This record gives sequence, structure tokens and C-alpha cells, in this order.
Amino acid sequence: MIKVEHLVKKYGDRYAVNDISFEVRKGEIVGFLGPNGAGKTTTLNILTGYLSSTSGKAMVDGMDILEHPMEVKKKIGFLPEQPPLYLDMTVREYLNFIYDLRKCKLNRKEHIAEIIRVVKLEGTENRMIKNLSKGYRQRTGIAGAIVGNPEVIIFDEPTNGLDPKQIIDIRNLIKELGRDHTVILSTHILSEVKSICDRILIINEGKIVADQITGDISKNYHGNRRVSVRVEGPSSAVLAEMKKLPGVVYSRIGAEYSDGSASYLLESREDVDLRKPLFFMLAKHSWPILSLELPGANLEDVFIAALDEENAEEGNTNPGKAKNKGGK
Amino acid sequence: MVAIYKREMRSYFSSPIGYIFVALFMAVSAWFFMSYTLQKGQSSDFGTYFQMIIVLFVAIIPLLTMKLMSEERKLKTEQLILTGPVTLGGIVISKFLAAFTVFGGSFLLSSFIYYIPLFMYGTPNTVIYFCCVFATMLAGAAFIAMGVFISALTENQFIAAFGTMTLIIPFLFASSLNTYINNELVRNILSGISITARYSSFASGVFDWAALLYYVSLCGTFLFLTVRVLEKRRWD
Repeated sequence: MIKVEHLVKKYGDRYAVNDISFEVRKGEIVGFLGPNGAGKTTTLNILTGYLSSTSGKAMVDGMDILEHPMEVKKKIGFLPEQPPLYLDMTVREYLNFIYDLRKCKLNRKEHIAEIIRVVKLEGTENRMIKNLSKGYRQRTGIAGAIVGNPEVIIFDEPTNGLDPKQIIDIRNLIKELGRDHTVILSTHILSEVKSICDRILIINEGKIVADQITGDISKNYHGNRRVSVRVEGPSSAVLAEMKKLPGVVYSRIGAEYSDGSASYLLESREDVDLRKPLFFMLAKHSWPILSLELPGANLEDVFIAALDEENAEEGNTNPGKAKNKGGK
Repeated sequence: MVAIYKREMRSYFSSPIGYIFVALFMAVSAWFFMSYTLQKGQSSDFGTYFQMIIVLFVAIIPLLTMKLMSEERKLKTEQLILTGPVTLGGIVISKFLAAFTVFGGSFLLSSFIYYIPLFMYGTPNTVIYFCCVFATMLAGAAFIAMGVFISALTENQFIAAFGTMTLIIPFLFASSLNTYINNELVRNILSGISITARYSSFASGVFDWAALLYYVSLCGTFLFLTVRVLEKRRWD
């Protein structure tokens, strides 16, 4: 559906986007993840035709955005980082304006009513946008992006600045839209891509440093397997015994609780399953297990690892930026 | 295009700016008409009135054009229209036409109203009167095109307004410098770009095609430059 080939964008001597290539298949939800200033917004702006690339190609449905701007723009709904809202309009007027702007052919009344329902803007349709809260403004922006039912929807940091409840609502909304649209989402929040996206592209300093299925990333990235366990017993003795288990490469106490228990984080080599030996060892000492989890690698680790890998490839390894295995 | 035109028209009258423009224009033009035509008892000589009206435009046309492009950029709404299926030319022309409608509407209305007492109590030359109206409309259109262009250069409405005035003034007063200049070439250039020099044949009741072409190309040039400014920003 979307194909980007060797995209480059230079501002003066600085590369905002440096030779990026990727593909997004129809119906996928792809997360664009990277620190601020990594080139996410620039890439999305090129895809939507707001900016032009210095070189390279961006194609939607086989059509180059520079050669067929009108056709491509019709296929894309875009929510920029700051929602492009006319504050002096009501929500309904705004959606009607976009309906006209995009020369939409669907039944106006039904389509706009449907959007208002999907985005949960009922009750605010006739309010001025300037009087809406940030969460509702964001919803109005999303509503604007889906007017005309575009095949591709692009969201640039859609949950930026929202409160936790609004963040969950917007994420659910995006997931729902992802059922029958191709969605690209940019964010610097790792848990966001994990909860929404099928695939994740990690971008840093204008380059793609990782491109994987979201599930695979958290399962396999490090190779090491993790166990998080809460045990009742003398913590230093428990930890000392844990260290002796075969295959353990890392162990530490997470938190100690007032009931005399403590949580521990263990990492073993990929070929070792720690759960059984751990159980028998604790049972032998009569230290009861209160809970046991397999957290897997988290995306923070993945992200830092991907950046480190990239740096290492460039012969620019920085020992201070070692993998943060003990992370949360 | 129609969507953007409608939105601009709506925004003029959902904010005070449209009302301020119309009220200011009506009040000042009525005062000019009263002092330069009615009180002087010169029902057939309205040349001074129209000249004064053009000078008035310098002050009030920037009110209409200052926010056209600059506000979209400031509020980031330009991302919406620039990523919509509309050409840059379409965007610029819609905005130009919206400002021209408000300007032209109030100017034509006032012109018809003022013609009534002239017709009832005097002996106006109708051809000359409406030639002047036509030429003034053309000059206004050129000023609006300049305003749209300046508005595309900045995010600040006040800078856009003052910039527009600064751009219009040389075009307006170029030929009045002629009396001080001895060099014929410079004089020709000055009257070549002068908006008022082109105006004089209309004021004597002659439909001057060359002048029409001049006004239309002045409009076209500044609208084209506006498109180039927007285009260039995408490539920067």
C-alpha cells in the first residue's frame, strides 16, 4: 500500500531523513518509533505531500506522491502533531469543510454522523472548537483525518499531551480504525506501539534501525529469558541461592515488601528455562512463591539495543550506552 | 477550492474583521463622497472622490488580506489544506476571491448608493462614473493580490498588514515622483508601474485595454509569486 524508497530530506547540510526505505501492507498498523528529532514527522510530512523529499520516492498504492499528488492525497487522511483545527468553527462545520475540501462523494449527512459516532464526539458537534478540551480537540482532529474514508490514515504523535484516560481512549480508537484502514502512527512512547501496532519501525537520526513484528521484538530481541518472581523468605539468602542456579546470567532484588517477601528479577541464557529449577530450589528451602511472571524483554531495552547496534555498525560504539538489561 | 472560498468568507464574518472592514469603508467613503463631491456641488466631477478611495484602500485592504495565509501557517491549519486534494493555485485563488468578494461587494454597494443622489439632483456622466468604478475595482484587486503575497511570507498578521501597505505605496505614488525627475527612462519606468497613471484614461471615460491588461497582470504576478512561496517552502 505504501512504499518508500531511499527517501532523503536535507535541511541545509543536515539530514532530517537519511535514505529511509520501508513498505506498509494494506491493513497493517505500523508504528514509527523514535526519539524526538529522529525524522518521524519529516517522513510523515513527505508521505502526505506537505513536504517534498530531496531525493527518493514515496508511493501510495503504486502512485508517486510527486507525480500524482491529487490522487495520492485523496487516499490519505492525516493528523499532524498539532491538530489543524479552525478554532472559529464548530465541530460539525469543521467536518463539513473537510468533506468539501476532499471532494467527498459519500452521503454527507450519514457520513458525518457516522464519523461523529465512531470518534465519540456526540454532544459536541455544535460547539466551537476553541471551547473544546484538548482531548476533544484531538478527537476532532482524528475525525477530520477520516473524513472521506481514506485508505491510509497517518497519525503523528496522536496521544501527545493527553491525560491517561484520554490516551487509552485514543489508542482504542486507533486500534478500531486499524481494522479497516492502513494506519501509520508515530510516537516516542514505547508502550504505545506495543499496544496498538502490528509492526514497528524504529527510526533514529534519520535512519531506520529496526523493522520487526511487534510481538517478535519483545520475545526475541535480547536472546535472554527473564523471570520475575515474588518469594517469601530472607532476601539475601534467596538471592544467593538464585545466583547458584545453572544458566542464570543476571539476578537482582526488585522490591522488598512489608510481609517479608521480595520480588526478584532473573535472566537466563536463551536455552535455559529457569522456572522448574527455581521452583524446586525454593521448595527445598520452604520459601513459598507468591507470584511468577515471564515479562520478556521490554521495548525500552529493544529500543536502546537497536540504537546501540546501529552505533556499533558505524564503528562508533559507546561503552556508556551499554544495553540496559536491568531496566524495568 | 469552493470549500476554501466558503471558509474564508465565513471567517470574515464570524470574526469582527469583516464587519470592521465594511463599516470603516462605508463610513470613510461616505465622508469622502460628501466632502469631495456633494458639498462642492460637483455632480459631474467625482475624480477626486475615486482618487481618495484608492488611497483609503492602502489602509483598509490589508485588513482583509493580512490573515489569509499567515494565520493558516501560525495555527498549522495549512497542513490540512496543503495535504488535501487541492492545488496550490486553487488555494491561493480561493483566498484571493474571498477577499475580493468582501472588498468588491462593499465597494459596488457604496458606488450604487452614491450614484443615486448624483442622478437625482445633478448631471453625472454615467459612463465616466462606472469606468471609474471599474478601474477602482481593478486597482483593489491588484492590492489584494499584493496582500495575499505578503501574507504568505510571514506568520504575523501585523507584519503582513504593514508589509502590504509598504508594498502598495510605491505602486500608488510612483508617478507623482515624476515631476521631480529629469531622466526620461526613470520617468517611463515610474509611470509604467504606477497604478494611478493607468487610472487616468478610465477617469476620462475611455476603456483602456492596456490598463486592463496591466491590472490583470499585476494581480497574476503576485498570485503566481504566492504560489511560488508556498511551493518553495515545501522544498526547503
